[in-house]
Amino acid sequence: MDIATLAFSALYQFGDAFAFLVLSACGLAVIFGMMGVINLAHGEFIMCGAYVTAATVHAGLPLPLGILCGTLASAFVGVLVELLVIRHLYERPLDTIVATWGLSLIATQGTLILVGSTMAGVGTPFGSFQVGAYSYSIYRIVLFVAALAVLAALYALFNWTRFGVLARATIQVPHMAAALGVDTRLIYSLTFACGAGLAGLAGGLYAPTMTLVPTMGATFIMEAFVTVVIGGADVFLGTAPAGGLLAIVKSGMTSWQGQLFGQIGLLIAVIIVVRVLPKGISGFVLRERT
Amino acid sequence: MAGFLSLFRRLEGPQTLGRGPAFWALFALVLAGALAYPLFSDGYTVGNTVYFFVWVFIALSLSLIWGYGGSLSFGQTAFFGIAGYGYGILTINFGAAYGFTWIALLLAVGMAALVAALLGYFMFFGRIAGVFLGIVTLAVTLMLERFMAQTAGPEWRIGAARLNGFNGMSAMPPLTIPWFGGPIVLFADVGLYYVVLAMLVLVYLGLRILMNSAFGNVIVAIRENPERAEMLGYDIRKYQLITFVIGAALAGLSGVLYTVWGQYITPSSMGMTAASLPLIWVAVGGRSDLTATIIGTLAVLSGFQALTIYGSQYALVFMGVLLVLTVLIAPNGLVLGVINWITKLVTRRKSEAA
Repeated sequence: MDIATLAFSALYQFGDAFAFLVLSACGLAVIFGMMGVINLAHGEFIMCGAYVTAATVHAGLPLPLGILCGTLASAFVGVLVELLVIRHLYERPLDTIVATWGLSLIATQGTLILVGSTMAGVGTPFGSFQVGAYSYSIYRIVLFVAALAVLAALYALFNWTRFGVLARATIQVPHMAAALGVDTRLIYSLTFACGAGLAGLAGGLYAPTMTLVPTMGATFIMEAFVTVVIGGADVFLGTAPAGGLLAIVKSGMTSWQGQLFGQIGLLIAVIIVVRVLPKGISGFVLRERT
Repeated sequence: MAGFLSLFRRLEGPQTLGRGPAFWALFALVLAGALAYPLFSDGYTVGNTVYFFVWVFIALSLSLIWGYGGSLSFGQTAFFGIAGYGYGILTINFGAAYGFTWIALLLAVGMAALVAALLGYFMFFGRIAGVFLGIVTLAVTLMLERFMAQTAGPEWRIGAARLNGFNGMSAMPPLTIPWFGGPIVLFADVGLYYVVLAMLVLVYLGLRILMNSAFGNVIVAIRENPERAEMLGYDIRKYQLITFVIGAALAGLSGVLYTVWGQYITPSSMGMTAASLPLIWVAVGGRSDLTATIIGTLAVLSGFQALTIYGSQYALVFMGVLLVLTVLIAPNGLVLGVINWITKLVTRRKSEAA
């Protein structure tokens, strides 16, 4: 095997890991970075997106529309959850974790009761292509592009739109934003819906690649949490570089020792990084800047 | 001698509910009831009660770390699992003769404490606090579950003990007390009941003394305001680490007793659902008090078991609803809320009478 195919294989695995980390983490990162709320039901929003995507595809919609439906459904559930539960707990961040954990328990078991222990999946589209001796799935490349597109879209949303400016103002000094006439409650609701929608998008995008079970959220949340912890509170300065760093660790360890060691590598990376950079990468970058 | 006596004075204090002759009379009454209980019941029901008691230790550990210390740890089930597996591996390899099961119990609990000390060093000395602490501990727990679940192959063995992947380990010997004329084997009925009950009373009273001592007051001070505690000259990292290690040891004790009780331990005892249950008991009971935690744990556990008859899936949904409602409506816990309400009522009566 020559160097080029080897390099492509490494790059492909890196891209796959990067896409998984960024897509599963960005919804969590938006909610945490903007509101300081850790949403332990994040995995269940992903599950919701995946289930709705699969259901709509079975009903005859093409996959991209199905993913859109999954995203919107998750965002809608996000609004409901924010109104009913999260809104009352902004002053108590630890209690939000506990409450969202309760929600996650309800969602997982509720899905198990209502839909059953498994749901018919969606086939992976696009087929595969050959480089050297190995074949690669085209859909994985699509996922990598989607991850980059999500990061770009978030950047545009928070920097170039009116909502983005109001959201950042609300996050920096909430009472000042309120005094200037910003409806901060609405901003919080929309931000939470945005994070939930991103989770749904991740679920929809990954629905064709995995088996749909009520506990599928648990496969995402460890990676999502790890990325957010290492990244810190900022989506662009934190989540993206953290995704890159962790993707190197994960794909390297995985190709060396197998999937489990990829995850153990992630965990060790987290414990070391939090010891060295307690506020994550973005905290470090921002401190350097000031 | 005077120092020893002053320890007992710490049984009452600002950090624990209940004081004065009335409380201790009630305590003695409950204890007498618990001691007499096996006389009026059959072996199976008594064994089931032991199962409830086993979980109280992990609940107390969470009350200590979360309720008193203010750091939310999702990692208690990890220590539960480490100690449970530790006990299994040790006793399957070395047998139960000469009271070794008790040494295995201590070693397994020590193992959980050691892991907690390592993890805690990285977290507390890295100044991880608040929500991040919860996430890191949760990640460790889930990782451990995934690791144990993939140990199905025959290459995963420690000495004679196969780890058995998702099915878990089983057939480890129960606790035995070496005795003249043959050891006493503590199966999950009356014998184990008295041993666990004795441990429970010791741990409960010990924690009361600990929390009302200078150490406990510092822990509560850190919960209320970490910066202020630090300005007053306390190295809060050290106090948090010690609390975390004590909590892990208690969770480990719970794990060993669970393994002893059912003679099995599986990776799912560390999973998401397993990790959420102690949180529910403690949150519903009232995390910031030991007595409320115990009452809440026993009440929710028996409620859960009663509901499981109609299907454990529905019972879990109910538990989730209970947790969310508790956090929204009675953030300090239902049992603690009721106790405080009764206390207020009684004191008002007294002041009206006076």
